[in-house]
Amino acid sequence: MKKTGAEIFLESLIKEGVDTIFGYPGGVVLPIYDALYKSPLRHILVRHEQGAVHMADGYARATGRPGVVLVTSGPGATNTVTGIATAYMDSVPVVVFTGQVPTTLIGNDAFQEADIVGITRPCTKHNFLVKDINDLTRIIKEAFYIATTGRPGPVLVDLPKDVLSAEAEFAYPEGVNIPGYQPTYKGHAGQITRAMELILTSKRPVIYAGGGVVSSNAAVELTQLARKLDIPVTTTLMGLGGFPGTDPLFMGMLGMHGTYAANMAVTNTDCLIAVGARFDDRVAGNIDEFAPYAKIIHIDIDPTSISKNVAVDIPIVGDVKSVLREFLKLPRAATGLKAFKKGVTDWHGQISEWRRTHTLTVKQDMKGRIKPQYVIERIYKITGGDAVISTEVGQNQMWTSQFFRFASPRTLLTSGGLGTMGYGFPAAIGAQVAFPDKTVIDIAGDGSIQMNIQEMATAVQEKLPVKVAILNNRFLGMVRQWQEFFYDKRYSYTCIGNRPDFVKLAEAYGAVGLRATKPSEVDGVIKKALKVKDRPVLMDFVVDAAENVYPMVPSGQPLSKMLLV
Amino acid sequence: MRHTISVLVTNEFGVLSRIAGLFSGRGFNIESLCVAETSDELVSRMTIVTSGDDRIIEQITKQLNKLINVIKVHDLTGEEYINRELALIKVNSTAETRAEILGIVDIFRAKVVDVSPRTYTVEITGDEEKIRAITELLKPFGVKEIAKTGRIAMARSLKVK
Ligand SMILES: Cc1ncc(C[n+]2csc(CCOP(=O)(O)OP(=O)(O)O)c2C)c(N)n1
Repeated sequence: MKKTGAEIFLESLIKEGVDTIFGYPGGVVLPIYDALYKSPLRHILVRHEQGAVHMADGYARATGRPGVVLVTSGPGATNTVTGIATAYMDSVPVVVFTGQVPTTLIGNDAFQEADIVGITRPCTKHNFLVKDINDLTRIIKEAFYIATTGRPGPVLVDLPKDVLSAEAEFAYPEGVNIPGYQPTYKGHAGQITRAMELILTSKRPVIYAGGGVVSSNAAVELTQLARKLDIPVTTTLMGLGGFPGTDPLFMGMLGMHGTYAANMAVTNTDCLIAVGARFDDRVAGNIDEFAPYAKIIHIDIDPTSISKNVAVDIPIVGDVKSVLREFLKLPRAATGLKAFKKGVTDWHGQISEWRRTHTLTVKQDMKGRIKPQYVIERIYKITGGDAVISTEVGQNQMWTSQFFRFASPRTLLTSGGLGTMGYGFPAAIGAQVAFPDKTVIDIAGDGSIQMNIQEMATAVQEKLPVKVAILNNRFLGMVRQWQEFFYDKRYSYTCIGNRPDFVKLAEAYGAVGLRATKPSEVDGVIKKALKVKDRPVLMDFVVDAAENVYPMVPSGQPLSKMLLV
Repeated sequence: MRHTISVLVTNEFGVLSRIAGLFSGRGFNIESLCVAETSDELVSRMTIVTSGDDRIIEQITKQLNKLINVIKVHDLTGEEYINRELALIKVNSTAETRAEILGIVDIFRAKVVDVSPRTYTVEITGDEEKIRAITELLKPFGVKEIAKTGRIAMARSLKVK
């Protein structure tokens, strides 16, 4: 029996194991929406297409499964671009389906036509325009395959309206055949042995782990290796949760707002083991002075990440999980393990010393203003760390990375690469859709939250108990901080006042609004929020606007040049 | 240093723009780029001439490889390979200079492919050096126009299809 392109599309999603679509309708995708009317697929109706992509992204980061988006052509499609670029920079598997004008009209400046394939070429892992209904299932299969394998990333599929209404037999392909796409999973055995030898001869080793550990589900292997060899670990923002934040070997995040211990350790290490990380400038500071005494081992699935920013001594291209498993097989055979562990005791002593002298602490005067860091610390304590946390961008993001101890992977959703304000709230919604019973909290700034606040309506409609904790400092805080440090306190256009009234705003949407203005009210607000199970809660924490994020390595400086409180 | 990179890609719409976008987006330069179908109609060959230090060239080849439509990347530089360009050169010619121009054309094994009362159009195939040499020799007569293809190249061994 023949089916329409729209029906084939939905059947294909089911074959891919998709259960939820984040979408927004419009003219050219009406055939799909009509077919959705009687489909078992869950469709979350967003309020802005950017929100749809961030939700799919949050869903994907939290579950490890691809997130799916469906939008219309033209403005619907262009509204997805920030979401796609966000997913691209953080290697998140999202598949975005955009409607397109009929093939006969493409190139005619037709109503709601946009060359979305052209626009998103540089910010997708790959994209497709389906010109013939007979290619539809193959392309959908390839889209999911490309998005989820190798280094994951967003893929866009553009669906012209005539393809959606044409008819064909439905046959979903078993596999794919893409000659130009064969990711390397298995690391080179010789390189792995060489790397292990190098590690065992080092005196001051450090593991520097990135988002690749999380996306390849290698947290267990990384933890085993670090514990087995007794090597201290630091992670990037994207790597948080990839190694237990509560482990004694964990030094905290490195980089611009990294901990003193992590940055000093990386500066002094003689053997840096980079795992699924890419030496981003926010991590490395002045790249020429990054890890100056170290021999560098770099494990990454993406060959272009290796030797892009820094010269690497032992590159290992492969899937982090599979490579780490090979490492784990080695030390038993290696004789030097005992001597190695003895040799690194001084190093551990040094790191403990750095830790002891520079601990991240919250100094909350219970009679003073609420410190933003205190709010995060209390959220951590009251939830027992058992929550999925998303962040917006700015100070809220950095404080979260410093004061929430992420014990397991896929519990932090944050826009690391693109730094997209407005990401956190829809991402939290996406995660809550995937895990209705988990506590999901967006830690937000009063600036960022206003970038996708319209999704409150989505969360209310879906009865999602997602929480938002606004660290309300009446400023675009992180930018204000830069102005304070580097522009002589000229606070040019960073004050955003204390509008709107977030409690009333939440109530206007049908959500719960709560506010704390004194430190003593913080716990009560958090506990009250956690009790709400049938609708979103927005917590407005009116915090001290003068707080800055420390330590801070000024842009372009070496990591050892930290500004400390 | 200059590198000649031969790239096999799937013969589909949009592929050229992916490659061009990669170069412009990452600030790599393209000196020339030639593309045409191979013996397999599903596959095209691009010959790209680019320049940069070793690190940049390494990035270029890796980034090219990363594109889904790229089947194979082969940096020919430092290997035995044949490379050719084709140029059409329109040069002024008069009764007095014709014989001399034809002499030059002959020496270079070029061809006159179009004649008008005042011009010759010369077709020449060869490597860059040869084309530069003939251009220099024709200049004194007054070169009115030049059209050149970029470089196409092929390894001497059978390594590249
Ligand atoms: C979409 C977008 N626009 C601009 C920026 C630049 N930017 C980075 S942090 C920041 C301030 C964020 O303010 P807020 O959300 O209130 O968070 P705070 O730093 O105060 O915690 C801005 C404007 C950005 N990251 N994203």
